[in-house]
Amino acid sequence: MKILLVGGGKTLYFLCQNFVAKGHTVVIINRDQEECVQLARQLSATIICGDGSDALILKEAGAMGADVVLAITPNDQDNLVICQLAALKFGVPRAIALANDPENAEIFEKLGVSAFSITHIVGSLIEQRASMEQIVNLLPVGEGRVNVTEIVLNDESPVVGKLLKDLDLPENALVAVMMRDNKPIVPRGANDLLAGDRVVLITLPENHGPVLRAFTGERI
Amino acid sequence: MKNSLYIVIVGCGRLGSHLANQLSRAGHSVVVIDLNEDTFGDLSPDFSGFRVVGDATRIAVLKEAKVKQADIFFATTHEDNVNLMVAQVALKLFNVKHVLARVFDPRREEVYSQLGIETICPTLVAAEIFLMAVASSRAARGDVRP
Repeated sequence: MKILLVGGGKTLYFLCQNFVAKGHTVVIINRDQEECVQLARQLSATIICGDGSDALILKEAGAMGADVVLAITPNDQDNLVICQLAALKFGVPRAIALANDPENAEIFEKLGVSAFSITHIVGSLIEQRASMEQIVNLLPVGEGRVNVTEIVLNDESPVVGKLLKDLDLPENALVAVMMRDNKPIVPRGANDLLAGDRVVLITLPENHGPVLRAFTGERI
Repeated sequence: MKNSLYIVIVGCGRLGSHLANQLSRAGHSVVVIDLNEDTFGDLSPDFSGFRVVGDATRIAVLKEAKVKQADIFFATTHEDNVNLMVAQVALKLFNVKHVLARVFDPRREEVYSQLGIETICPTLVAAEIFLMAVASSRAARGDVRP
């Protein structure tokens, strides 16, 4: 994949290192001359010094053939314009903007640009993962509108010993799959739940807490 | 009085303050938004509109300026990307009927006119006037080449 990264700082540095290690071609656009020199010394990526929201600079960076553009500058307005230019002028199939202000993530989506907010991601990880020992895995999908959570049931879980169809679950929640003795089971209403089962739940952010409480008995 | 319009102007620099003064004098309700309170010093003493201090790329600031009720929205800051972002938000999220953004970079202007954002590029406007001057002086000489 050819990845275009616009921005600077440690996040960009480590992202680039990561992508290069996976065999992707990375081009970085950064406005700061000194930082560009440092990046060029430390990374095996093409570094372009300039304004990523300038169409000429995007062109120079090869936006035309890029698979992904990731705009992670500290200015939301720049990230938005970078992604819009990349998508509309250069036909980049995936352009993703960082929303420094979490409120802008939703606004960018409404304006047709994929966006993510580090505050949202880290915040929900800390809230949901750190507060519950039984959660072993949590994966937000669909830009965080759906959560896939893996939990391990213990003896204290209120659902242990019950049949799936007898559970009183909030709406829009699903037990997608269970692992019992390392065997996956796609459960139906007649399946029971036992301590030690690993259960993969599909939830929405609005019912995530109640669903987890129903399965673990813990309060968030 | 229905002739009076509700106009929101983002950026109180030379252009923004000039527009605000003129439109306020003409009897319109004007709200000016700027990051920096000092820029409001450019408003004339008889400016009767509202001043909002804040970053217009934050939706809360636009809400405070009651952009939803605006008839016209002007984005006149010195940063193209700020103008383009707030203009889109005003048009698509607040459904303001008439949105205009100043965009210095002609290459950026082109893309946004595709998106339905009405833009004014000072570079192109000035160039056009210069070129008109050339054309009229040539016409005066009776030169008909294009």
